Amino acid sequence: MQRILNNPDNIVDEMLKGFLKAHSDIVEATENPRVVKAKNIPEGKVGVITGGGSGHKPAFVGYCGKNLCDAVAVGEICSSPTAAAFLDAAKVADQGKGVACLYGNYSGDNMNVKMAVKQAKKAGITVKTVVANDDVASAPKTEREKRRGVAGEVLMWKVGGAKAAKGGDLDEVIAAAQKAIDNTRSVGIGLSPCTLPAVGHPNFEIKDGTMEVGIGHHGEPGIEVCELESAEKMAKRMVDVVVPDYPFEAGDEVVVLVSGLGATPVMELYVLYDEIDKLLTEKGIKTHKAYVGNYFTSLEMMGATLTIMKLDDELKELIDMPAESMGLKQF
Amino acid sequence: MATFKNADGKPILLKMVKGIQDNKAYLGEVDGLIGDGDHGMNMNKGFSVFEERFKDETFTFTEGLDELGTILLNEIGGSMGPIYGTILMDMAEAGEDLEEIGVAELAKMLEAGLAGLCEIVDAKVGDKTLVDTLSPSVDVLKAAAEGGKDFKAALEEMKEAAAKGRDSTKDMVAKFGRSSRLGERSRGVLDAGATSCCIILTAMADGITELL
Repeated sequence: MQRILNNPDNIVDEMLKGFLKAHSDIVEATENPRVVKAKNIPEGKVGVITGGGSGHKPAFVGYCGKNLCDAVAVGEICSSPTAAAFLDAAKVADQGKGVACLYGNYSGDNMNVKMAVKQAKKAGITVKTVVANDDVASAPKTEREKRRGVAGEVLMWKVGGAKAAKGGDLDEVIAAAQKAIDNTRSVGIGLSPCTLPAVGHPNFEIKDGTMEVGIGHHGEPGIEVCELESAEKMAKRMVDVVVPDYPFEAGDEVVVLVSGLGATPVMELYVLYDEIDKLLTEKGIKTHKAYVGNYFTSLEMMGATLTIMKLDDELKELIDMPAESMGLKQF
Repeated sequence: MATFKNADGKPILLKMVKGIQDNKAYLGEVDGLIGDGDHGMNMNKGFSVFEERFKDETFTFTEGLDELGTILLNEIGGSMGPIYGTILMDMAEAGEDLEEIGVAELAKMLEAGLAGLCEIVDAKVGDKTLVDTLSPSVDVLKAAAEGGKDFKAALEEMKEAAAKGRDSTKDMVAKFGRSSRLGERSRGVLDAGATSCCIILTAMADGITELL
């Protein structure tokens, strides 16, 4: 295992120390060591929070900042934050206008958020939730409520954070974030497995020369294992999964987000993006804005995810709003 | 003896801790087959935090269960934090006023833990979760209490029921948790939660037996 570590059991706490020092202009620590908050949160707005397991940098703390999330709960690697951390994030973000908790559909996160929402209610804080489920490969369309949340969460935070910054009330923020995720579909292709530092070896296998279509952010098996293909063919596979599911159609204006899974060189993501753009253009789908880079990763997994969100006037305005965080800077 | 003193319960908790610590790697492997492989690590972390914090303290069986559950719930998170946190804390609450714990009392405590779990998850027997281990264990203890069975014999039966429950998950298709995304592909592998639950119940039974 070629990794940069001290004691692997302490990696999350040590990562947070470095993160807070490096980005002290954007974020700050709170009383709960597993809750990070944005600096200089504007007064009187609805709070926006999220949380999730570690190992997905920039997600989730990387989206704590201006016009994005106000506070973020941090879990162990690939493991939900505690109910106490979600609760403390809600407390830090609440200004009496309520809190929107925008998170991904995983059983641990669902349980801990559920408990936190209950405890927040007792403390007089209204927390409403949107659960991201953009990963097309994780369940059939008829069971969309079972699908996992993946890189589409970034667009959900962008939209929800912007709506709150514009002065939307809690129901409006929730509605905008829900619309964002309802309009979003994603798929991933994995080219190599990832290793939890404290475990020391990969807990699943992707053989050299093969790739796994539909892989999850924790190595959850995908829909098909096949031979490694060219970027052109990979793009076609991804587009063929994502586009018909929503479905995105000729004349639609969309946001396209291509994220690396951690170890794939960013230059290769642009090769993939070029192929994706050709296919979307052929279909008459117009890309209003593209994000290419490491936006939602999976430790040192190789591979990429494709996320497409259909825009309307409201979503376009919210996506175009400036934002500043470690993971997303937009001016 | 037919009962043990709640006040004497510290060694039972330490035995449960050791059970998890000894099986950290095994649980990681089981979880890695259809989950994400972090089960052993996270359970070990939570149980070891408890050991570190309380090994030099005096505590009763139910106080220990409550403290361990609280650590899992508030400091570990994941899925297992709320699941085991709820089971252990609800067990503790059901038994906190007891001085002597016999088979009937333990049955009630474990039943309360299962009931608490069912409030936060919808899983039933057959869904390939730790309910498949816990539920038959509760049934066996309740039956033993009603039949006036010897505590030691009842604990042996509970261990067998827990192991049988754990093994039953092998041929099931997961309906809850991360492995449920795999559908048919989850068949043929033990459920990690059912496995850790069996380790904890077995260690608890062994710890109690040593006090009897």
